[in-house]
Amino acid sequence: MADYSVLIGGKAGDGINRAGQVIAKVFTRLGFYCYIYYDYPSLIRGGHNFSVVRIADHPIGGRRDGIDVLLALDATTLKQHRSSARKDAVVLYNADLIHNAEGTAVSLQSIVTEEGGSPVMANTCIIAAFCKSIGIGWDYVEEILRSEVPHEIEKNLRVARRGYAAVDIEKHPSFLVSEEPVGEKILMTGNEGVALGLVAAGLDGYVAYPMSPSTGILHYIAEIAEEAGITVIQPESEIAAMNMTVGMAYGGFRAATGTAGGGFNLMTEGLSLAAMAELPVTVILAQRVGPSTGTPTYTAQADLHYAIHAGNGEFPRFIFAPGDAAQAYECAGHALRLSWKYQVPSIILTDKTLAESTYTVEPSNLPDSIPAQPMNDRNLEGLYERYIDAEDGVSPYAIPGDIGVTIKVNSKTHNPDGISTDTAEGVARCTEKQMRKLPAMRQEISDLRPVIIYGNPDAEICILCWGSNAQLCREVAGHLGIKAVQPLALWPFPAGEVSDAVGDSWMVISVEDNYTGQLAELARNHGIRVDLHIPKYDGRPHTIDGLMELLWGMVA
Amino acid sequence: MNQSFITDAQNTWCMGCGNFAILHAIKDVIVGLIEDGVPRESIVLVAGIGCHGKIADYLNISTFYSLHGRALAVATGIKIANPDLTVICTVGDGDSYAEGLAHLIFAAKRNIDITAIVHNNRVYGLTKGQYTPTSPGTYHGKSIPKGVSDDPPFNPLEILLCSGCGFLARGYTQRQEQLTDLIREAIVHKGFSVVDTLQICASFLDIGDFYNERVYVPAGHNPEDFDAACRIVGEWDYDGDAPIALGTLYRKEMPTYEGRFRVLQKNDVERAKLVEKIMRERR
Repeated sequence: MADYSVLIGGKAGDGINRAGQVIAKVFTRLGFYCYIYYDYPSLIRGGHNFSVVRIADHPIGGRRDGIDVLLALDATTLKQHRSSARKDAVVLYNADLIHNAEGTAVSLQSIVTEEGGSPVMANTCIIAAFCKSIGIGWDYVEEILRSEVPHEIEKNLRVARRGYAAVDIEKHPSFLVSEEPVGEKILMTGNEGVALGLVAAGLDGYVAYPMSPSTGILHYIAEIAEEAGITVIQPESEIAAMNMTVGMAYGGFRAATGTAGGGFNLMTEGLSLAAMAELPVTVILAQRVGPSTGTPTYTAQADLHYAIHAGNGEFPRFIFAPGDAAQAYECAGHALRLSWKYQVPSIILTDKTLAESTYTVEPSNLPDSIPAQPMNDRNLEGLYERYIDAEDGVSPYAIPGDIGVTIKVNSKTHNPDGISTDTAEGVARCTEKQMRKLPAMRQEISDLRPVIIYGNPDAEICILCWGSNAQLCREVAGHLGIKAVQPLALWPFPAGEVSDAVGDSWMVISVEDNYTGQLAELARNHGIRVDLHIPKYDGRPHTIDGLMELLWGMVA
Repeated sequence: MNQSFITDAQNTWCMGCGNFAILHAIKDVIVGLIEDGVPRESIVLVAGIGCHGKIADYLNISTFYSLHGRALAVATGIKIANPDLTVICTVGDGDSYAEGLAHLIFAAKRNIDITAIVHNNRVYGLTKGQYTPTSPGTYHGKSIPKGVSDDPPFNPLEILLCSGCGFLARGYTQRQEQLTDLIREAIVHKGFSVVDTLQICASFLDIGDFYNERVYVPAGHNPEDFDAACRIVGEWDYDGDAPIALGTLYRKEMPTYEGRFRVLQKNDVERAKLVEKIMRERR
């Protein structure tokens, strides 16, 4: 099985993320599966950024140990990653900054300067050199660059041509059979998956304050906003973002907001408002290391319990936790749709690894459509009362401007007409009305088949995982012949489905990027046995190999 | 639909509270708007939390009884979702000058076509008399310990003027007819408008005599003259003894936020097609 890892590293500002994307594109067009892990500190210029592009002939969703190709734009990259490169690895480095190293020297800066290019074009140069070194023909390299490089393509091509000419073919991987584009695979980050899922489900407005690692959604929706007819707003704070989103819902916009844990802290006031006012909002909570500001650009899965309980008071909500870009697309669409169907908040819980990693997506595997929830599919005839009692707790939704209706929504406990109440009967009725939505919401989750089983379904050892860890665990389960179980929806918790999926496994181990084992605790609270927890709380995702080793240690 | 503009909800404001005057001024303006052809269904009132917020329960139109300080953020979302709506915000002084000041400043900066009516009784009423950003410096309430010196107020109108507010008026609940006119003018103004409405708090800051002796309508004031507006707004600092100008103090027409920022909406079929196209182009 072909399975290669290419690491490209340099300073922030060197275009490392973009370079990783171009390399992945070279192989995706040839029909391979790619996964890019992007690692960067919280700064604008300098520091050390690197992308690991994994290329395989089978679906992948995580990093492996061991580097097959090392592309070093600076000395730090070589110093930090030389030890993880295999003995026979292809090593290309920037000869202008690094002297006397093993591997092939390419004078990136000199070439760029001679061709009159800008410094960032060093990445184009080393990509071309890399392609040559593994035997990819120039015509195909040129085709990819023309489609992927947005600016100054001719200058970039001159630089690339020089880089291409500077090295010899070192290695021709056996899996490179043809340079003919095959298949329909595309590349997508988790953030882009979320954004496109929301658009597909009929998003009208997106309001967000910038915060890593959720910012990619804001940027991407803003980029396509004009064509998609979506109003995008960057307000004064996350408090404003959530309240504007709630206001939009009242005004008839399917709206969403996105943030990370710190911003979500500020949004909980408005989340609770949405619940009491029964206004549908969708919020993306992209997890990073906490508490507080924590480690802005590194990953965590420590906000699960927070998402379940965020906001004062008790109220129903949906929580989805996709594990790759395709699942992000699907879950985001369902989150928006179901939020409107039940007039409750929905949360899409992602993590930095999912949000900013790039995955191969096969569009034919995505749902044909995620039908947007109609604004109102219930009868508005007669005297309209916003919170009129209904058997399933869901009252007809009207928006201001609808003829003949007065719509009173309220953050205070209210009567069916939306006017405040504090009588014992009124207070109890208001809570009961909202909670009456839960049975149908649970059924809705069940209908989505919310739990996925990977690996050997009859294995005695079972991994319980969620979010970006699911794809790693899928691979690990395959290698070890064990089972991995991923709940895609975490609230209402699909306890029956998780329990069935775990079955009578002899040992259940949770793998989560947190200290305490939050999914494990959630499962236990629902009567599901979890024997061991493999914690990770250093901001870095497991590698496939690292996780396999840990599991071997536990089960052997 | 019940055609009455006042609901059956029991009114719990104190006797003599300035909120009654504001409620009826807003009601009269709304009746007038409807007579002029504005559909009743297209008028939305957003309230914050505090004594003023109860107006949402009392007015029989579409209302959003929102959060303390957040009414303007909620109203911004509503106006963007549907720019055809007439969106009126009633807010308190603790509500929008303290908890939600950022939203007030940004509503002014954006020039979104919303009217904010500040029920400025210069004290927290519902929480029992603590001081707000516009309380007189000598007013201490129960939250400032004995022996602590005064905490003087800020002048909210100066803040609004330097935040780009395109319509600024000051009314007074004991000048009901003028207040009604100011609210109407503010709503008709295209862009963000604020009516800072002085009112007494019958329980905690009953200073009607103080206002009655000082309020005046400046003769010959040109509200389009920014420098003149700054001068007149600076006369009284919400603390000392000075004449208090009432009326439209500043007015300037500017492009509205919803006009600049809202994109042409697409339907669901068009959006689904776009997603397909994006995926195709990524191959």
